Amino acid sequence: MSRINAHFQVDHGDFNLDIKLSLPGQGVSALFGPSGSGKTSCLRAMAGLEKLPNSYFSIADEVWQDSEKDIFVPPYQREIGYVFQEASLFKHLNVRDNLNFGRQRIAPNKRNVDIDHICDILSLNALLDRPPASLSGGERQRVAIARALLTSPKLLLMDEPLSALDHSLKSEILPYLENLQQALSIPMIYVSHSPDEVARLADHIAIIDKGRLLKSGALAQVMLDAEVGTRFYDGRSSMLFAKVNAHQPEDYLTELAIDNLRLSVPQIDKPVNSKLRCRINAKDVSLCLTPAQYSSIGNVLAGIVINIEASDTLGERIICIKISAHQTLLAQITYASTKRLNLRQGSPIWAQIKSVVIL
Amino acid sequence: MADLSVIWLTLKLALIVTFILLLIATPLAWWLSQTTSRLKPLIGSLCTLPMVLPPTVLGFYLLLLLSPNGGIGQFAEYIGFGSLAFTFTGVAIACALHTLPFVVQPLQNAFEAIGKRPLEVAATLRAGPIATFWQVAFPLAKPGFFSAAIMGFCHTIGEFGVVLMIGGNIPGETRVLSIEIYNHVEAMEYQQAHWLAGTMMLVSFIGLLLIYCINYQASRNKKVTNNNSVTTNKALTEQYL
Repeated sequence: MSRINAHFQVDHGDFNLDIKLSLPGQGVSALFGPSGSGKTSCLRAMAGLEKLPNSYFSIADEVWQDSEKDIFVPPYQREIGYVFQEASLFKHLNVRDNLNFGRQRIAPNKRNVDIDHICDILSLNALLDRPPASLSGGERQRVAIARALLTSPKLLLMDEPLSALDHSLKSEILPYLENLQQALSIPMIYVSHSPDEVARLADHIAIIDKGRLLKSGALAQVMLDAEVGTRFYDGRSSMLFAKVNAHQPEDYLTELAIDNLRLSVPQIDKPVNSKLRCRINAKDVSLCLTPAQYSSIGNVLAGIVINIEASDTLGERIICIKISAHQTLLAQITYASTKRLNLRQGSPIWAQIKSVVIL
Repeated sequence: MADLSVIWLTLKLALIVTFILLLIATPLAWWLSQTTSRLKPLIGSLCTLPMVLPPTVLGFYLLLLLSPNGGIGQFAEYIGFGSLAFTFTGVAIACALHTLPFVVQPLQNAFEAIGKRPLEVAATLRAGPIATFWQVAFPLAKPGFFSAAIMGFCHTIGEFGVVLMIGGNIPGETRVLSIEIYNHVEAMEYQQAHWLAGTMMLVSFIGLLLIYCINYQASRNKKVTNNNSVTTNKALTEQYL
C-alpha cells in the first residue's frame, strides 16, 4: 500500500520542529496536539505553503520535497486540496465561481470528483448563486471543503476546519465529513486539537507536542495507550467500532453490533447498518467471573484478560480485555478486586458496561 | 482657442502618463507588497523619493540626463529619437517619474490589504503566480487601481515645476495648463487665469471625490466581512473558555 512519508525539520530558536511521519495512504489521519505544537506547520509544509529546510515529503511514489536533492514542488503543482481554518472564500466570486476556481484548472479527463455529487453530499445546490458574504460560517466552510475536493486531489489537507465554528455548526458539518470519507477514497490529513473530532473521524492518529512526534498508530490502538488516554479524555477509555444492528423502539433501545458481540444503547437516530464509533470509559466497566443473571446492567461482554496495568489513581488497576479479534476493552477496578477475583493474564471474564458514549 | 489646445495637451499628457504609470507601477507595487528581499527598503525609498523632492531638484537632474549630452539623451539620440529635453516625450517621462509614488503607494497598499491567505488559497487550487495575480489579486485590489489612476491623473494635471524645468513653455508641445495659468497671471489676464484655474479646481475636486467614494465603498464592504469574522472570533473564544 502506498504511504505518505514526511520528515520536517525547522529551528526558529524558540520553536524547534523535528517530526518524522509515515501515514497510511488511505482513510483519515489526524495530527493531534495542543496549539503551537507544530501540527499546522507540518500541514503547511505538506502543501508546500511553507518551505522548511532539510525536509522531505512524498506521497505514493511522488516526491514533493527533498531538500537533499534540491526538490521542491511549488504548492500549485501539488495535487492537494487544502481547507483552511477560516473558509477563506474569494469574496469577489459567488459560490459557483469559487467552486470552479480550482476545478477549471483540472483537465476534464482527470476530474474524478463530480461537482453535482459533491454539491449533493455537502448540500450546496441552493447556495450556488450567492456571494460568500451572505453565507453562514458553516455554509462557507462547506463551500471551502467542496472547492478543495473539486480539484480531484490525491491528498486532502484540513487545518482545524471546524475550530472557527460554534458547537451547533460543528455538529452540522461533522456528518458531512464522515459521508465524504465514505463516498470518496481520497486520503485526508486532519489537523485538530479536539479529541471529539479526532475520535469521530480519524482512522490513524499522530500525536504531536512541542515539535516532536509522541505517538503514531491506528486510532483504537493508540487510544489504549496510558499516556494518550489521559491526554485525550479525563481518564482512560476504549474505543469500539460498531454498526447499527437493529432498533428496538418498544424498549427505546438500539442494538449495536461490534464484530459478533451485541450492545444495547439508548435509541439513536441512525439507519440500520450505518457505522459508528463509541467510547467506553474504563470506570464504567465492572468485571464478573460469571455472567451475572440478576443484574440491572444489560450489556455484558465476554472476554479474556490480556494485560493488567497500573492506573493513575492509587489503588486502582486498568484491566485490558480482549473482546473480539480486533477490539480491546479497558476496565478500571480496585487493586483489591483484582486480588479478590484472582485476575491474571488469560483469565476469562465478563465485563458489565454501565454506559456507552456514542461519538 | 489657445487655451483649448492647452487643455487638450494637458489631458493628453495626463492620460499617457497615467497609462504608462499603471504599466510600470503595477509590477513594482506587486513586488514591493510580496517580497521578503532585503532590497525592499531601498527600492521602496527610491520609489517614494520623487514625492518628497522639490520638483525643481528632480527637474534639474532630469534636464541634465535628458539633454543631448546627458546619458538618456545620448541614448535617445543614438536610437534616433532625437533630443528629449524641451519635447512632449521628455515632459511625459519627467511627469511619470515625479508621479510614480502617487501611483505605486495606493497599489501597494491595496495589494498588502489582500493579505497572504487568498493568494495561498489560490495556490492550493492550482493557480500559478500569473493566474493568481489576474484572477485573485487584481480583482481584489481593483479599488486601489481606481485610486492609483485618479491620483496619477490629477497629479500630472497639476504638474508645474518639473514641466517648467524640462519642457519650458513651448505652445502645443510643453505648454500645459498650470504653466498657461502662470503665463496669464504674468500678463495680467486674470479673466483667462480664472477660467483655467477654476476648471482645474473642479477636475481635481471631482477626482478626489471619486477616490473617496471608492474607498468609502470599499471600507464599508470590508466592515460587513469583518463583522462576520468578529462573530466567528467570538465563537472561538467561547470555545476556549
